[in-house]
Amino acid sequence: MQPFTKLSATAAPLDMANIDTDQIIPARFLRKLREPGYEKLAFHDIRYDAEGNDRPDFVLNQAPYRQAKILVAGANFGCGSSREAAVYVLYDFGIRAVIAPSFGDIHYGNELQNGMLPVVLPDAACQKLRQQLHDEPGAQISVDLEAQTVTGPDGAAYGFEIDAGHKERLLKGLDDIELVMRNIEAIEGFEERHHAALPWLA
Amino acid sequence: MPQTLFEKIWDRHVIVRRGANEALLHVDRNFVHEGSFHAFGALAAEGRKVRKPRQTFATADHYVPTRNRAEGMAAVTDPEMRNMLDLFARYTKANGIDNYFGLEHPQQGIVHVIGPELGITQPGLVITCGDSHTSTHGAFGAYAVGIGASQLKQVLATQCLWQKKPKTLRVTVDGAIPAGVTAKDIVLAIIAKIGAAGGTGYAIEFAGAAIRALSMEGRLTVCNMAIEAGARAGMIAPDDKTYAYLAGREFTPRGALWDEALLFWNSLPSDAGASFDREVALDAATLAPMVTWGTSPEEAAAITAAVPDPASGSDADKRAHMAQALLYMELTPGTPLDGIKIHRAFIGTCTNGRIEDLRAAAAVLKGRKSVVPAWVSPGSSAIKRQAEAEGLDKIFIAAGFDWRASGCSSCAATNGDTVPAGERCASTSNRNFEGRQGKGARTHLMSPAMVAAAAVTGRLTDVRKLLS
Repeated sequence: MQPFTKLSATAAPLDMANIDTDQIIPARFLRKLREPGYEKLAFHDIRYDAEGNDRPDFVLNQAPYRQAKILVAGANFGCGSSREAAVYVLYDFGIRAVIAPSFGDIHYGNELQNGMLPVVLPDAACQKLRQQLHDEPGAQISVDLEAQTVTGPDGAAYGFEIDAGHKERLLKGLDDIELVMRNIEAIEGFEERHHAALPWLA
Repeated sequence: MPQTLFEKIWDRHVIVRRGANEALLHVDRNFVHEGSFHAFGALAAEGRKVRKPRQTFATADHYVPTRNRAEGMAAVTDPEMRNMLDLFARYTKANGIDNYFGLEHPQQGIVHVIGPELGITQPGLVITCGDSHTSTHGAFGAYAVGIGASQLKQVLATQCLWQKKPKTLRVTVDGAIPAGVTAKDIVLAIIAKIGAAGGTGYAIEFAGAAIRALSMEGRLTVCNMAIEAGARAGMIAPDDKTYAYLAGREFTPRGALWDEALLFWNSLPSDAGASFDREVALDAATLAPMVTWGTSPEEAAAITAAVPDPASGSDADKRAHMAQALLYMELTPGTPLDGIKIHRAFIGTCTNGRIEDLRAAAAVLKGRKSVVPAWVSPGSSAIKRQAEAEGLDKIFIAAGFDWRASGCSSCAATNGDTVPAGERCASTSNRNFEGRQGKGARTHLMSPAMVAAAAVTGRLTDVRKLLS
């Protein structure tokens, strides 16, 4: 996994609550392999019209936002299906951080597993950032994971919370399975005790 | 100190702690389906094997055809889907997963339906599956969580999962459940009340007289949709109904082990005085049959209500979602929900594909005819056989319903059972997202009896008008 440390990049506003993972990648594409061109599937049905042309009203189709590496969205971003493909298409599009008032729980975990940073900021802060991104299309936002801060286009800084374990893994790009297997003795001991107490589960 | 059901299960499964809130949890049971082939592929690419193959249970559901199933794999005409099902069968075999209920197995079914049906799902367990509706299994007093492909790979490789401890939310539903109101209506009302992100960061325990009064099937429906309120898990304390359901199933303990299990299970319900981080209450007696009008499960209302005005949304982002939803659904504020014309009706899924659901729909359909194309996909092959033994298939067929084989079918429509663009479908599934049942398809979520009522009138209809 690629570590995530700091990022200053163009950010795009997504002005809606409840953007579900079916919008990020429709289910009919889930059997596709992740290969070159995969990023074209991101937001497919809201990004293209029936003829496959870009819909000019979709923010990521607008010139200043096409290079966005950061999204600022409404509440409950990535709710719905557990499909990790929703993270793969965002990542392959170039997105490395998503800022929102809240996230779908599984999607939040999936971003962390793939070297992306989900940032929870209060609703008012997200709205203010989005307004600034509308006012100055192509404006940059900075995210510093070590310092746990987001800096808006106007220089205003916002602190954010992240679990210490998640932070360390992202900063160092650590693999979860390796981290589990470091505890193999504790795991084996646990399993022995657990199955002695609840033998029908062994 | 008094503990909640969730805390008892969590504490019992912590192997090591990390920081204040994170723990490495032991996973008792893991479920996989053919959509999990990505995780198996990644595991193989890393040269790893499944560490505890006996603790993983496999079935095929998301991509299985619901027609021509007697033909077996030949019924799968799409080469990509065929490849997925083939790969999945090979991966499970190569990893020694013997509990494999594939396309042609008599116990095949939707993963969240066969878990309880076979007695794999039990109280007090930590259960994982690479599917968001894993919350379903919590109806038995288990902590069951949906995970993504990377975390599934972690569970397959280690039988453990790093987890941040969720907060606890108790949703208490008291009062008598009125006629025509079902578990689906209760959970849609809860989601409409707390919102699609109302449960984010929480494990929900559903409690109260109305929840206790539900059958196991109904409790599964409620917990199934906990994820639609944003919760990581939904749970209901085990009781005599739970034990009666479990007794004698293929994977439940027997003899002396059953007695031992019962002692453990009886220790699980939340202690009197246990405190929750948040409490919500609802009076079942005030509820009416529910339908969704929008494209988020929170956009739901009683069938007696009208399409709301987006201006009534609680904040700008919700108002934006409501406005877009009405555009997509082609609905105008103020239109009574009762009477909206539909084009299709669908009964099935991990939400409402169990025997009780089929019975409730058949009770409405008996002696009536659907005026729109309609189909039923039972939640499992076993439920299909049971329904046929009870003669329910004949009622559905006489009513003009297509009697299909078991699978996820039109819920995520990954198997090709799509609703055509622009058509409006009365559906017992769990998500009304844009494009969920097919590009441009419009979904109205409701109970099986309400779908049956919509099918025979061709319109969203208050089922209570059809109940004698």
